[in-house]
Amino acid sequence: MIGRLAATARFAAVVALTYLGLLAATFFIGRVMPIDPVIAIVGDRAPEHVVQRVRAELGLDRPLTTQFAIYVRKALSGDLGTSVLTARPVAEDIRKTFPATLELATCGILIGAGLGVPLGVWAAVRRGGWADQAVRVMALVGYSVPIFWLGLMALLVFYAKLGWVGGPGRIDVAYEFSVPTVSGLLLVDAALAGEWEAFGNALGHLVLPASLLGYFSLAYIARMTRSFMLHELAQEYIVAARAKGLSEARIIWRHALRNAMVPLVTVIALSYAGLLEGSVLTETVFAWPGLGQYLTNSLQNADMNAVLGATLVVGTVFIALNLLSDLLYRVLDPRTRAR
Amino acid sequence: MTLAAPRHARQAAPSRRAIHAASLATLIAASLPFAAGPALAATPKDTLVIALAFDDIITLDPAEAFEISAGELMGNSYDRLVRLDANDTSKLVGDLAKGWTVSADGKTYRFELKPGLRFASGNPVTADDVVWSLQRAVLLDKNPAFILTQFGFNKDNVKTAIQASGALTLTLTTDKAYAPSFVLNCLTANVASVVDKKLVLANEANGDLGAAWLKTHYAGSGPLKIREWRANELVALERNDAYAGAKAKPARVIYRHVKESATQRLMLEKGDIDVARNLSPQDLEALAASKDVKQTAAPKGTVYYIGLNQKNPHLAKPEVREALKWLVDYQAIGSTLMKNIGVVHQNFLPQGLLGAAKDNPYKLDVDKAKALLTKAGLGQGFKLSMDVRSVQPIQGMAEAFQATAKRAGIDIEILPGDGKQTLTKYRARSHDMYIGPWGADYWDPHTNADTFVRNPDNSDQAKSKPLAWRNAWDIPALTGQADAAVLERDGAKRAKMYQAMQAEFRKSSPFIVLFQQTEVAAYRSNVEGLKLGPTFDTNYVFNVSKK
Repeated sequence: MIGRLAATARFAAVVALTYLGLLAATFFIGRVMPIDPVIAIVGDRAPEHVVQRVRAELGLDRPLTTQFAIYVRKALSGDLGTSVLTARPVAEDIRKTFPATLELATCGILIGAGLGVPLGVWAAVRRGGWADQAVRVMALVGYSVPIFWLGLMALLVFYAKLGWVGGPGRIDVAYEFSVPTVSGLLLVDAALAGEWEAFGNALGHLVLPASLLGYFSLAYIARMTRSFMLHELAQEYIVAARAKGLSEARIIWRHALRNAMVPLVTVIALSYAGLLEGSVLTETVFAWPGLGQYLTNSLQNADMNAVLGATLVVGTVFIALNLLSDLLYRVLDPRTRAR
Repeated sequence: MTLAAPRHARQAAPSRRAIHAASLATLIAASLPFAAGPALAATPKDTLVIALAFDDIITLDPAEAFEISAGELMGNSYDRLVRLDANDTSKLVGDLAKGWTVSADGKTYRFELKPGLRFASGNPVTADDVVWSLQRAVLLDKNPAFILTQFGFNKDNVKTAIQASGALTLTLTTDKAYAPSFVLNCLTANVASVVDKKLVLANEANGDLGAAWLKTHYAGSGPLKIREWRANELVALERNDAYAGAKAKPARVIYRHVKESATQRLMLEKGDIDVARNLSPQDLEALAASKDVKQTAAPKGTVYYIGLNQKNPHLAKPEVREALKWLVDYQAIGSTLMKNIGVVHQNFLPQGLLGAAKDNPYKLDVDKAKALLTKAGLGQGFKLSMDVRSVQPIQGMAEAFQATAKRAGIDIEILPGDGKQTLTKYRARSHDMYIGPWGADYWDPHTNADTFVRNPDNSDQAKSKPLAWRNAWDIPALTGQADAAVLERDGAKRAKMYQAMQAEFRKSSPFIVLFQQTEVAAYRSNVEGLKLGPTFDTNYVFNVSKK
């Protein structure tokens, strides 16, 4: 019991320090950038007195440490400040943009893990054969071809030429105001409202960017699955299982994969975190109004509150998914629980 | 705990090179033969859908908005006392105002409003709303407030300087007898838009005159009303049924934020959008052959220029300034990078403004430049740096200039940066050379004269920091000429004064003015009535319809 408490406290301390480090790093990098955030607000032609007033309003005339202390205090109370670019509280902006990324990344990881794991297993089992080569080539392409290029090609073929899927954006203009926002997840909201045509349209728009992201995570997941599976298949218990006469399918899927799943969970969780972090280029190519686009725009415009807020969310996603993968680790591997 | 991102996630991080490469990729892709696609995903007939990069919008409050895209929204949704005649921008027409008179001493302007006007909220438009809106802009003193405060209005006197004299009449009293065209042109600016006093005050918080609320809401009386602005996603405008004039043709206008030219082009070709507004010269060229797509263009009040900081001793030499003007290959840049999107222009006043000069004396002449450099004692060549925002066409122009300057022995180091970064340095006068655009703030020659040829105080602590100051160009004589021109009430004489200033500017200024921007929009052939205006707030979309 005491050991568990200590572990929890240690974990909490690590999370708190990670957060503080994250805050400090983004804050100070933001401040030393050769960009004056005041320019972002007042623009190119404001008179000097307006520039000075805005500087004072933002507290930028105060010492850096004071500014940081104020920022941390505000962030702890959930106040991430107001975005210069959207004139709205950053927290509200993130609430609005994050669901778009969540929807896209979740579909992406479902595709990526749903196909990547079986493909990786298949490649491992057929090691050295044509299936293995094919999976490796596919993974290599997914790994090395720039995502924006593939995105534009996919748009040209499937949207422009074949017309199978929707174009950039989350939904056609015709349906723009037909879905009331509840969760911000367009598919969920359309289903809740019974707007099935809008649902189909939104799905059409989601297919391409989600498949693209799915392909990229698939490439990574398949490669990792293959290598974890090869490791497992070389273990003695597999030899023992074969000696006992268990079917090959049972050996692969029940025994080897189960053990390979333990490290694989971390891989999948981190891939998911990577997608959630904002697949910036995908969102740009597909004009997808998610967190990635929000963060890029904020960075380009020195909108520091927004940058810090979005970074905090990204950090939180990483920490949360790491935690989740740690927990799943314990569920999947009883040995870690016993310790 | 592992906190390392998998590689594919890191690969997804943005990079400028990647984005440029994306454009390149599209060009390659665009050259692939295109089979006819399936049926168009047509937009609703009563809805005009426009793709536009509008990530510059930071507020919808006309007293604060000073950005290009916001200007367009204001121009379509807010009324002001007077407006530029879209067909002839040298003329003004009454918007809310039925008529106006200027007193004999040239300081008092009396306006009479049209009767029976209403805001979109249903509230009547009264002189009190107009007076309060103008006072509000002065009291809030946000970025564009100087357009009004240059008439001597300030927080202390604005309540007496701008007054209602009846339910539908009001007066404005300026501190000097400015050229009436100057005062009236300034009143066409967005900052002079009229807001619904009752509605805005109902949403006031902590005495902010409704500023926080109006950042994201609408309180106007224009032909279209702003329904919603989702930053970097969409802006939805709707027909304002309370509008007294001719009703807006589309029931709804939707702006979709699409940054990539290639993406805009694809969406236009597919019919997912009706109008594409940010197409690259290459995409425009490719679309020229399409029979489903048409194009329209308008010269804009924006010039591209290079500023030469006079704090640099080399650049302070008149011969060097002139030599650099002979080292730009205007024609080559004009036929490639600026093709369709700009015309050679070497004066600080863009065409269309009163007194704008048409003389473009400079062309690429390396020998002449070399001779001038030798005269300046710099025949051996020297080094300079140039702050360049990494976007097209600016980057391309900078590279072309770098190549031609090299031929005269001038080594230019390009310092690439993000827009805000280069601007920060420029405003601090710590550059050698800076290349960028400058757009007119209101449709009167004083707007550019004020920044290019006026510099009342060249000290580092100056209160006013126009472009002449940023380049440390100390010009008491020209400053005096600009001050006199803005008071000249005879239009013809006034135009001559600006022409004289431009002649001097072309010869001796530390500014190499290169091009005047042409704005181009490509639209589907069923779209009718789309015409871009000379300013961004005269890009009217309320009179555009679809067959």
